Amino acid sequence: MIDSLLPWFEAIENSGLGQTVRVSVWMFPVIESLHLLGLCALGGAVLTVDLRLLGAGLTRQPIATVATGVHPWLKAGVAMMILTGVPLFMSEAVKCYNNPSFWLKMEILPVALLYAFTVRRRVASNPARETSAVTRLTAVVSLLLWFTVAVAGRWIGFSS
Amino acid sequence: MTILTALEWLAGTRWSIDLHESQYMWPFLESVHVLCLTIFVGTAIMLDLRLLGVAMTRVPASEFTRRLLPWTRGGFAVMVVTGGLLFTATPVTYYQSLFFRIKVIMLIVAGLNVAIFHARTQRRISEWDLDPTPPRAARVAAIVSLIAWSAVVVAGRLVAYNWFACDLQPQSAFVNWAAGCVVPLP
Repeated sequence: MIDSLLPWFEAIENSGLGQTVRVSVWMFPVIESLHLLGLCALGGAVLTVDLRLLGAGLTRQPIATVATGVHPWLKAGVAMMILTGVPLFMSEAVKCYNNPSFWLKMEILPVALLYAFTVRRRVASNPARETSAVTRLTAVVSLLLWFTVAVAGRWIGFSS
Repeated sequence: MTILTALEWLAGTRWSIDLHESQYMWPFLESVHVLCLTIFVGTAIMLDLRLLGVAMTRVPASEFTRRLLPWTRGGFAVMVVTGGLLFTATPVTYYQSLFFRIKVIMLIVAGLNVAIFHARTQRRISEWDLDPTPPRAARVAAIVSLIAWSAVVVAGRLVAYNWFACDLQPQSAFVNWAAGCVVPLP
């Protein structure tokens, strides 16, 4: 079944955007650098809330205050990661197709996103919420998901 | 002894060669270095956004400096240790890398900005702690911080590209000068 996806990946790589990034000397490195800056923003947004859920960081503020305050920047970080990640992928789609780290990242990423915008958001945006076993577990799951995405992402470059 | 000859000696040590040729140690250190950006730059960005008055304006700025900055410092410590170790793997290449030199310069700029902020602006934080938009000096510090650390990250990433490497001659005279290339006279 997976085999049938290869022509799609080839088509993506041969697309206009894929080839533009691929043949350019500087485009991939520049977009990659922006992807890293997105990682900083997204990482900061995720960590600030997860630390608070764990009972660390901005602990004098209610969980909901931290979560709502950070939320726009979480969205901005995700947007930046996707906007830069897609052209990077398109420029080397076939390499990604053969890369186990890429597939791991793409399996966990939707879970991490879904989790961040549903379960975690619900737990963290409740104004009455205080640090508890529930919030700690919520944060640990979040950190594990994003950590896996980030490590797998970094490893795409190593395992080629 | 010049810096270059010292680093050439370092590059010839067993440690340096082993790390450079290692299958897992180098990628492991590099991964820690990169992922730790989320802790270090990530939390620094949050403080900068608060200082700019664009995020969590109802939270006192001192909350960020007191409760979040220790994480920033911890992250920075890991960055320095892993970065230092990575440097020893190919010290001459880094020393003569244009992007590495830009990174060091931007690190100094970012460091001075931190020092000025702590020595002056933050000292009077109680006067503006609850202001949704902190005073101009704090906002300037935040902007400089965002730009300088971003430049450090980007230059750091670009160190991996050998566009201006000394062993890829001819390079322009400017590149050879800025990267400290030792080029035989024509």
